[in-house]
Amino acid sequence: MKSWRLILPLAVFAVLLVFLWVGLSLDPREVPSPLIGKPAPPFALSTLHEPAKTLTSDDMKGQVWLLNVWASWCVSCRTEHPLLMRLASADVVPVVGLDYKDKPEDGRAWLAQNGNPYRVSIVDQDGRVGIDFGVYGVPETFVVDKQGVIRFKQIGPVTAEALDQKILPLVRELQKS
Amino acid sequence: MRARLLVFLAAAFTALTATAQALNDIEFEGRLKRLEAELRCLVCQNQTLADSNAPLAEDLRREVRALATSGKSDAEIKQYLVARYGDFVLYKPPLQRNTWLLWIGPFGLLLGGGIVWCAILRRRNGAAVEDDEEASGASPEDAVTRARQAIYEEP
Repeated sequence: MKSWRLILPLAVFAVLLVFLWVGLSLDPREVPSPLIGKPAPPFALSTLHEPAKTLTSDDMKGQVWLLNVWASWCVSCRTEHPLLMRLASADVVPVVGLDYKDKPEDGRAWLAQNGNPYRVSIVDQDGRVGIDFGVYGVPETFVVDKQGVIRFKQIGPVTAEALDQKILPLVRELQKS
Repeated sequence: MRARLLVFLAAAFTALTATAQALNDIEFEGRLKRLEAELRCLVCQNQTLADSNAPLAEDLRREVRALATSGKSDAEIKQYLVARYGDFVLYKPPLQRNTWLLWIGPFGLLLGGGIVWCAILRRRNGAAVEDDEEASGASPEDAVTRARQAIYEEP
């Protein structure tokens, strides 16, 4: 009885410590997307370099692809840009850029200056398609499978770790199926 | 005379419809404000959609207004946003399987605290009763004498 009363506060403290420890590694800015496991929202947007052409969600069906949300005004897009360039040169998976709430001429200038990692970029000037994809912080990256279902979402810049440990293994697995 | 009456009636009718329209607008704006105050801005997460100046909040307010204008109910508008951003956009989380702990937890803690409190009180009362029983063996005068001795007399 006595020992139980001594241990109880310690046990409560230990539980609290575990909660706080886990809390430290959680990022409140990362809101889990309800779209994972759901079909990517349909879109039809004109492309950045040839505004007369449109790309629709159906055009991408039958292959695994990445949707990378970027903008010329987005500062942290610059940190992930070298990684995307390397990914493009490896030619493992097509990356579609969604130029989010950006002036097309600014977007084109930014790509001309920094290099263009995208198979094609589409322009979402009023941010409507961004809302459909639940975009709230640029950059964001989605992995979409052959059936057009969103399988993964990276919030914030793609890191080498996320690319090697999550995105690329998932892409390979999805490409096999 | 009749023409004048007609003009008067027409003017009155126009004024009335204009007033009704204005009242409708006020009601509509009020509804939007209420709705926006219940939705979270995802960029500055501790602000409501109504309070936030973030560009995304502006866009979402525009969407909410467009949906409301097209005749969608408040529940449908919330559903639209939850489908895209998850339950996190709702300032008041819904009561469902993964949130029951959030809703019930505080009451559970309160109940647990109450039980512990009652147990402590009961034990303390029991102890007090025992003390009384022990003390009742000796007469009050004895106790006073003993206290006097303890205070005034050198051991």
